[in-house]
Amino acid sequence: MRAVVAAVLMFAGVLVMLIAGIGVLRMPDTLTRSSAATKGTGLGAGMILLGVGIAIGTPNALIKVALAIALQIASAPLAGHLIGRAAYRSGAPLWEGTVIDDYRRFYPYERQRMAWHRDAAEGASSDRG
Amino acid sequence: MTTTLLDGPVIDLALLGLALAFLLGMLRGVLGPLVADRAIAADVCFFSVVASFALLALRSGSEAFIDVVLIASLLGFLATVALAALVTARSA
Repeated sequence: MRAVVAAVLMFAGVLVMLIAGIGVLRMPDTLTRSSAATKGTGLGAGMILLGVGIAIGTPNALIKVALAIALQIASAPLAGHLIGRAAYRSGAPLWEGTVIDDYRRFYPYERQRMAWHRDAAEGASSDRG
Repeated sequence: MTTTLLDGPVIDLALLGLALAFLLGMLRGVLGPLVADRAIAADVCFFSVVASFALLALRSGSEAFIDVVLIASLLGFLATVALAALVTARSA
């Protein structure tokens, strides 16, 4: 019974990690890719860790696994937010179908540099700052 | 660890799925037009490796891999923060 629960958790975690990989590969712009990666790795790795902890079953392993999951849950959204913020502020182009862009009014200047990334061919390093 | 369900081939199948996730992330890392895309791809690859360490702890029966997972998830967070700082510093 315990092995069944552990196996189901592990395979669900692997499935979520696979979905994260597919999302990172196929999503249209940087921010949506970041979203897929953050949720996928946080949930997927957490579920795999929980499954492994249940499968091993010793208190020692369970404590370490709980600590690792807590660390993961605390740090994954923060890392995703930091990467998304850095990408937006460095002028990452948004998807054409983007409906809402609340951050625009804080960084109107960076939005103008969207073309800077689209054609990296014409001396992109000259107009930094 | 006395169960037969979690021995050998089942964990190998899960490891294969994680390897596929790693490859998909790696493909985005090669393709990714921006540095931030590559950072995200590195994050996905890193955490699929961390999850495969957790599965290897079960496969090999040594709990030392759990310690590796614990340290690696902390280091992965630090690496992502450093990459975000790098992306910001490059553009501003």
